[in-house]
Amino acid sequence: MLVRLALLALLALAAPAPAQDTAPERIVAGLSQSRVAITADFAGSKIMIYGAIAREAPAPDTGPMAVLVTVEGPGQKIVVRRKERHFGIWLNTANEVVQDVPSFYAAASTQTFGETLNLTDDLRHGITLNHLFSAEPGGENVAHVAAILRIRKNADHFRQVDYGVMLSEDTLFRADVDLPADLIEGDYLVRIFLTRDGTVVDSFERSIHVRKAGLERFFYRMAQDQPLRYGFLSLIVAVVAGWGASALFARLRW
Amino acid sequence: MQFYLPIAEVSVNAFLLLGIGGIVGFLSGMFGVGGGFLITPLLFFIGIPSGVAVATGANQVVASSISGVLAQFRRKAVDVPMGLVLLAGGLAGSGLGIWVFARLTALGQVDLAVQLSYVVFLGVVGLTMLLESLRAVRRANRPGGATVRRAHIHTWAHRLPGKVKFRVSGLYISVIPPIAIGAFVGFLSAVMGVGGGFIMVPAMIYLLGMPTKVVIGTSLFQIIFTTAFTTVMHAVTSHSVDLMLAVLLILGGVIGAQIGARIGLKMRADHLRVLLALLVLAVCARVGADLVLRPDELYSLSRP
Repeated sequence: MLVRLALLALLALAAPAPAQDTAPERIVAGLSQSRVAITADFAGSKIMIYGAIAREAPAPDTGPMAVLVTVEGPGQKIVVRRKERHFGIWLNTANEVVQDVPSFYAAASTQTFGETLNLTDDLRHGITLNHLFSAEPGGENVAHVAAILRIRKNADHFRQVDYGVMLSEDTLFRADVDLPADLIEGDYLVRIFLTRDGTVVDSFERSIHVRKAGLERFFYRMAQDQPLRYGFLSLIVAVVAGWGASALFARLRW
Repeated sequence: MQFYLPIAEVSVNAFLLLGIGGIVGFLSGMFGVGGGFLITPLLFFIGIPSGVAVATGANQVVASSISGVLAQFRRKAVDVPMGLVLLAGGLAGSGLGIWVFARLTALGQVDLAVQLSYVVFLGVVGLTMLLESLRAVRRANRPGGATVRRAHIHTWAHRLPGKVKFRVSGLYISVIPPIAIGAFVGFLSAVMGVGGGFIMVPAMIYLLGMPTKVVIGTSLFQIIFTTAFTTVMHAVTSHSVDLMLAVLLILGGVIGAQIGARIGLKMRADHLRVLLALLVLAVCARVGADLVLRPDELYSLSRP
């Protein structure tokens, strides 16, 4: 965090202040759905994020424009463990707790992220994966954070897609984000940034409510709220199924 | 067909789960083991979080054991008094095991403890059983050398106080050894997330001298209650029993168990023990390899 703040301060001094007096451009956007219900047959969901750039005057010529879209799942506390070889076997040694790691993150941009976003605004808004969450200075933590990024990217839970946002006529934009099948419950934050010459000139936020529904919801709530009843219900299911199968096969007599 | 599991919070193929349940049920019906030592590693392997795998595995074992024990009851192959004595020890051991499990979790070494106990116990039990059963097979195959079984094997167990008659087993022994065995198995079942049949079956045959005929039914009888206790404990303490996952595993499992029990009847007991020994050793080798080989990814993520 300290490193991030120091970098921010440094960059703020170095970079020219964003031009505030240019004609305002605003993002107007919508989502194809603002609720996702996780039911038993849930196999992922595609969210379409679409919109337009509203202008009161002709487009300013303060550099090339770009649209960036991010979708971020609820933050979780994550324990990262590193295995080391001791006495010939691999065992967990260095543990590190990292706070507020998004369960899911997708970022997309109209061009490459390098072209469309400068470092100052990336640090300020935490847009690319590298600046999504940061390591404490010093120690092993840096390697642990790198491990989180690597593991989550391999599992396709973290994505960063260049050219993932379509922009037409410098006005209309659209991005499709596939939510994976193993979603967790919570509010997923959708952010849209409009940049000119790498500087954020407007941003827009919405959230998608992801909730378990139907039987999934019933079991989940019962397991949390009435664990003893839930435990006995699990046993009853097991007893009935075991006895039922036995009785059925005894009748079949083969 | 993908299926979203509400507690595990992952989406898995329903037929894969039915298949895993079926195979484990088949083996449990055939050999009279609950199958926990197979189902827990298999669930890890398909990406179910370890806490959910252990707790839900226990719930599945309840169902497959009930299905199996009823088949054994019809053949009068369950020694209920012996089962109750084993159970008394089992509940005490399980309580202690759950306490140790919680301590290990706090230390962050529970995975290692579980894996090491898998390797040690499966290895020892598997090897002993394999050697003994191969000897039995060789004896039986020698011309004119049918297995001679003494009616009474007098061990140190016969000198302890508190002797009780176990009619179905044809034993008159002290209750102390069965209670001790039950406690030991109960302890392991809580730490390893298994029913413990793979330890109890040989212990009953070799330490208590029970006839093989009643061992399977009696061990299943005891396992039902220990795993039921474990399931409820896990549901209350860690909310990690996934009922959807359990239902799919159970559906496959109960059917598999019935088929397994019938095929087991048609096979020779010594051959059956060779197969069980090989299976136990295979699981032991698989878990052992994970400990010894360099993992592809040195880091792992988990929720506290």
